[in-house]
Amino acid sequence: VLHLVTTVEQVRLLERFSNKSTSGTLHLTATHLIFVESNNAATTILHHHIASVEKLSLTTSGCPLVIQCRNFRVVHFVVQRERDCHDIYSSLLRLLRPVSYDELYAFSYNPKQNEQQREEGWQLIDLGAEFERMGVPCDRWQLTDVNRDYKICETYPRDLYVPITASKPIIVGSSKFRSKGRFPVLTYFYQEKKAAVCRCSQPLSGFSARCLEDESMLQAISKANHNSRFVYVMDTRPKLNAMANRAAGKGYENEDNYSNIRFQFVGIENIHVMRTSLQKLLEVVGSRFLSVNDYLLGLESCGWLRHVKAVVDAAIFLTKAVTVEGASVLVHCSDGWDRTAQVCSLGALLMDPYYRTIKGFMVLIEKDWISFGHKFADRCDQLDGDPKEVSPVFTQFLECVWQLTEQFPQAFEFSEWLLLQIHEHVHSCQYGNFLANNQRLREELQLGDRTHSLWAFLLREQQNYLNPAYCPTYADAHPVLEPSTLPCHFKFWRNMYHQFDRSMHPRQSVLKNVLTLKESNCQLEDTIKDLETVSTCIKSNQILFKHGISPPTPDPQASPRAQRILPTDTERTVEGSSGTERKESYSDLQETYGAKAEPAVVSLEFGVARMTC
Amino acid sequence: MEFAELIKTPRVDGVVLRRPFLPTVEGTLCLTGHHLILSSRQDNTEELWLLHANIDAIEKRFVGSLGTIIVKCKDLRVIQLDIPGMEECLNIASSIEVLSTLDSVSLMYPLFYRPMFQVIEDGWKSFLPEDAFKDLESMTEEWRLSDVNKDYSVCSSYPPLVAVPKDVDDDTLRKAAAFRHGGRFPVLSYYHKKNGMVMMRSGQPLTGTNGRRCKEDEKLINATLRAGKRGYIIDTRTVSVAQQAKARGGGFESEANYPQWRRIHKAIERSSILQESLIKLVEACNDQSHSMDRWLSKLEASNWQTHVKEILTSACLAAQCIDREGASVLVHGTEGTDSTLQVTSLAQIILDPACRTIQGFQALVEREWLQAGHPFQQRCSQSAYSNSKPRCEAPVFLLFLDCVWQILRQFPCSFQFSQHFLVLLFEHTYASQFGTFMGNSASERSKLNLSQKTVSLWSWVNRPQEVERLSNPLYEANCLVIWPSVAPQSLLLWEGVFLRWKRSSRCLDEAYDEMVHIIQYNKELQNKVNNLRRQLAQLETEEPLLQTP
Repeated sequence: VLHLVTTVEQVRLLERFSNKSTSGTLHLTATHLIFVESNNAATTILHHHIASVEKLSLTTSGCPLVIQCRNFRVVHFVVQRERDCHDIYSSLLRLLRPVSYDELYAFSYNPKQNEQQREEGWQLIDLGAEFERMGVPCDRWQLTDVNRDYKICETYPRDLYVPITASKPIIVGSSKFRSKGRFPVLTYFYQEKKAAVCRCSQPLSGFSARCLEDESMLQAISKANHNSRFVYVMDTRPKLNAMANRAAGKGYENEDNYSNIRFQFVGIENIHVMRTSLQKLLEVVGSRFLSVNDYLLGLESCGWLRHVKAVVDAAIFLTKAVTVEGASVLVHCSDGWDRTAQVCSLGALLMDPYYRTIKGFMVLIEKDWISFGHKFADRCDQLDGDPKEVSPVFTQFLECVWQLTEQFPQAFEFSEWLLLQIHEHVHSCQYGNFLANNQRLREELQLGDRTHSLWAFLLREQQNYLNPAYCPTYADAHPVLEPSTLPCHFKFWRNMYHQFDRSMHPRQSVLKNVLTLKESNCQLEDTIKDLETVSTCIKSNQILFKHGISPPTPDPQASPRAQRILPTDTERTVEGSSGTERKESYSDLQETYGAKAEPAVVSLEFGVARMTC
Repeated sequence: MEFAELIKTPRVDGVVLRRPFLPTVEGTLCLTGHHLILSSRQDNTEELWLLHANIDAIEKRFVGSLGTIIVKCKDLRVIQLDIPGMEECLNIASSIEVLSTLDSVSLMYPLFYRPMFQVIEDGWKSFLPEDAFKDLESMTEEWRLSDVNKDYSVCSSYPPLVAVPKDVDDDTLRKAAAFRHGGRFPVLSYYHKKNGMVMMRSGQPLTGTNGRRCKEDEKLINATLRAGKRGYIIDTRTVSVAQQAKARGGGFESEANYPQWRRIHKAIERSSILQESLIKLVEACNDQSHSMDRWLSKLEASNWQTHVKEILTSACLAAQCIDREGASVLVHGTEGTDSTLQVTSLAQIILDPACRTIQGFQALVEREWLQAGHPFQQRCSQSAYSNSKPRCEAPVFLLFLDCVWQILRQFPCSFQFSQHFLVLLFEHTYASQFGTFMGNSASERSKLNLSQKTVSLWSWVNRPQEVERLSNPLYEANCLVIWPSVAPQSLLLWEGVFLRWKRSSRCLDEAYDEMVHIIQYNKELQNKVNNLRRQLAQLETEEPLLQTP
């Protein structure tokens, strides 16, 4: 039910990268902001997507209101009367600051589904089955029930996998020596070499403290792998940060105390650096009339691609250690829920083709991000919280995946549409999956009973997310991906950070076109079958006549390039968005052409109106 | 001079060849007058045939008696030859150096090359100005083909036939030519069928410091304007550069003498700066450092993408004036043989769907670059690795190709050709067995009698196999004007040229093949469905019983 909060007429929506604008009416409901243009075209923004609202100083044409969204949409309204603008502004501020989870959209979102479908949606992904797929439990790894009641670690899931030789006292002792009790547990098992990827938080070692149980824990992990005499311990932080943590009684493993480890820093920066970096990137690419040099200098100085590369580099290190050396690896950072999640999940994606399928990718996110307690609520600012806790760690992970899909166009079952859609809903709070910070809280909120699962929604329309170039047999020849780490192979992800800026994108999309053709191929195959049946029937028409069957009419939908239905719940305009002409002007002609006003208005067929997709 | 004199050691055994993405080959190295050949003399191993003309620079290294020659090619590939024996290595190196820098046109390979394929259609005759003019005649009667330059005496860089306004006589043309740089008087470049507007190009007017004027020149370009209409002059230089040109006898059209024209200055860089930019870009791409900051700052410092943006923006502006403003346009820079042609040819890609076909693009290159007098030989004698002092080298045409690639990326279904065609043209402008890009103008090519003595690249390209290889499977004719985005975020580094040798393209090629397969399969299925429907319709007429409900 949409409760209208307020409506303001004669509002102008300015185009972000041109001088054009459209006018219409702005409506605020309890959950959405809706701008309806005079031609009835609507722009809809979920309140949860709004990151900030800014009221700029009054101009002659009205009062500007700039809204920045977490999905990188930026809208610039000009409201004629200042009072109306203030009304919208203050209503938005009120609506944008939910203080309890119950206020989130997921609890009111009702997609007209029956209860059974909703419940089934939550059962689609089963992490127990996932560990079984990896070959766990086995003779070296077992399921432990120490955290059944979230007593040992409240940010971990209930079910945890540990080496068989790790006794309960060892686990308990180790957890007491680790930040937030996040002791080393299994997250991925590389069956071919029986090598394990484990994760944890930093040890509370300070300058000299040690813990025999923790040392035994690492010993147990090492012993569980006969291929290697040692375990790699990857501290994903820069060395300086890790050293600074020692002063606070935390820190990193001392190689002298852990006889069986090889310790390695990999230097991924912390959440604050990442937040600032992305902010700077968005500032750079958001500026109008950007020159190529400022763009490239901005890309360099914001450091975003450097950070993305650092994460990929770390995942490659992990993958090599496991798949080439057959060694087990323990990954941690400070708390073990940001950088650790990035590196573990990305590493698994490189090692295991299953995670490169649509379903497998969901399982991967469910395992390394949701169940192991990546703090989605804090990082994505779901409730009115500490702005210093907000950070695009998960976005950065999605970008790393995108960079890999660009390098290996045949290896992934999904296209970037899936990544964009997941990103959209991590912030929309429309589905229950990403709400709250950990599994314990999610259970308290009874999300499984009160909300819908995103995975079910995505799987239902998975044909939209397919990569037409995907080759399932590619994995036979390339089970492990070996990406290039040359900087020139890392690109700016325009389709993410400009996903609402139509003018930036190619007007025709190879992806959409080929996907449409592929679908059309399936339909044509069906049509051929039907037609062949009919003609066989006609040939033996007596039978046909006796039963009074009329021949099936050919499916009109089977025409090639049938209109695709792409994800519809957003107005994202990544590639191949047709319709209106490119509105930018390549030069201010009026400047040179004296008194002439704006360049003459253009006929409708500019750009590529006749797009086939 | 005989080639044999230049080849000190024609053959060395036991040479090891290392190339990007290909297995190491050991074999015999042979030098011929035009090629460096390495063959393992075994079946199934690829031989290397490298044109000396493709070699941009070499480096020698010695470890003991094992010498290594690093060969850097104009197509930006770098290969390594390990040659046993110091003397052999030195001999080979010095021979390559001499053979790859021969200045004498009469020794160039196209004059020696005999095609191993059957020439179906002689490319030298595929794109004659007379034929192009027939198309124009079918649209308008306002233009005529003038042979004022038939002996190349009015303008040495123009072809013998040029299209000019019907009402302007040859005498006026001669006088206007005297007023334009290099005799390049304004001629027709493009006629926009939709609204009858035109694009012309020329050299700069020779106004000099005292503001010389030329009534005939004014008459010539005014003849292209409709009554009461104004036109635009796009000067590809900044105002200050154009001002400075006056001191050297050049200049620009003043408002006083050309009141019906509005001048717009754009800033497209000149040749030496572009060459430097290419060198820096290639160096950045070859940098083995894994530092992101270093890569981005080197890419930025090369300014390559800036040039791409400037050229594209100017072309879009010209297209905008013609199509949106409904005005005619005159484009020139200084000589009118470089930036001018980038702008006029790209504007046509944007405006004219015909230029986006394989044949049409060849015609465009022929018309706007070869006939229009772009000095290919001067511009393309060195590429990004050469150590010798650059003379007139500049990647003007490569930048044009890069811009076309950018538009192709943004409209991947609107071009009949794929990027392979653009890469092929890049390669052949720098080193080729074909005569197409030899010489600097139509007059030079005619003096060398190239159409008789060499094979045209177009003869090769227009064979069915090659056309198929260069085709874009996604192509669907799009009759509209295509406006590209020139935002920096929309412009990409052309990996197909600049990162081509950095990373195996196998993954991308396989994905591409898969896409081609899907498209072809779709066509097959559609044919099958149509056939079945036809058969069914036949059966139904033969079996009237079915028609009853």
